Amino acid sequence: MYDAWKIIGGIIIFLVLITGPTWYDMASGKADYKPNPKIVTTEKNCVMPTEYMKESHMKLLDEWRNSVVRDGKRIFTSFDGKQYNMSLVNTCMKCHPNKSEFCDECHNYSAVGQPDCWNCHIEPEETK
Amino acid sequence: MGIDRRKFLTIAGLTAAAAIGKKTLGDSLTADTRELLPKDESLVGKRWAMIFDIKKCLHKDGCTVCMDACHQIHNVPDFGNKKDEVKWIWKEPFEHALPDNESPYLEEEFKDKPVIVMCNHCDNPPCVRVCPTQATWKREDGIVMMDMHRCIGCRYCVAGCPYGSRSFNWRDPRPFIKNENPEYPTRERGVVEKCDFCAERLAFGLQPRCVEVCPEKALKFGDLEDPESEVRQILHDNFAIRRKPGLGTNPQVYYLV
Repeated sequence: MYDAWKIIGGIIIFLVLITGPTWYDMASGKADYKPNPKIVTTEKNCVMPTEYMKESHMKLLDEWRNSVVRDGKRIFTSFDGKQYNMSLVNTCMKCHPNKSEFCDECHNYSAVGQPDCWNCHIEPEETK
Repeated sequence: MGIDRRKFLTIAGLTAAAAIGKKTLGDSLTADTRELLPKDESLVGKRWAMIFDIKKCLHKDGCTVCMDACHQIHNVPDFGNKKDEVKWIWKEPFEHALPDNESPYLEEEFKDKPVIVMCNHCDNPPCVRVCPTQATWKREDGIVMMDMHRCIGCRYCVAGCPYGSRSFNWRDPRPFIKNENPEYPTRERGVVEKCDFCAERLAFGLQPRCVEVCPEKALKFGDLEDPESEVRQILHDNFAIRRKPGLGTNPQVYYLV
């Protein structure tokens, strides 16, 4: 192989550059970061079990949206038998008014940072 | 050595039974916890309609109570110019609002007088026919509803509506909403909006906001399919006209003159 040291050197530099950010994150501890959404409500239960909400809140919100807008049905019976008004702002955000600490915490981490809900639905004002 | 006929049928039968069993069990579990119940106090109708008494309305000169109240609770923006205007309920001069009802003597009394107009919630709505995404549709109770989530902003409905009841958001409406109602969403740039007979209020047993606030009680709202309803009585006892009935849209906002 002609110019072997140039080629191998080039490959090494390329690998260092391309994997650099990963090494940097691992070294600085950023890679271990886990999002920790803050729950401020005193309510014991959400409308569905916590595990379900973690995995599938977007499906639930979709169902709520279709039910309210398309079918005009607005009452949701939760897994523990309570009835709720199917409303993002008037139900969900009453318990979770801290959008930046609750929604954004995971959404930013998982890079689904800007769901377009908030283009129209009005987010609660946060007092800091 | 393959399986014999008897074995094959047994396995097939058991598999099918298991699949069906699992499906029904799964269904009943979700139905159990996620069942949707109709709200008891919600107003349920079969053909919602509005009656507007022009003479009562004219008692109060320059009154804009219904318009202000509607636009406030629904976060309707005020851009301050006609070109971008977004409106759910507004005033038109009599001869514009009800052009088919010409009579030189009627016009003497009503000429240039403002008539309150809004979406007519037509029985045969042209806006619904032209919507390519079914973002607007006629509900079973007659309300011509909008689903902002589906609107792609093509504005066919704006062109289709013969009453000018639909407004397009040419600009982001958020900065132009004074006195925001946080409980009701705003719209975003690129969607069409209009009156929806306060569907969100009917669901909780409330009359439309314009009906509720009118100081002259010039607006009446009710179910025309119900023979005992007040609106049926009013239309039985009075002569009412509608906007451009000749177009065949069968509008459901009635005007008493």
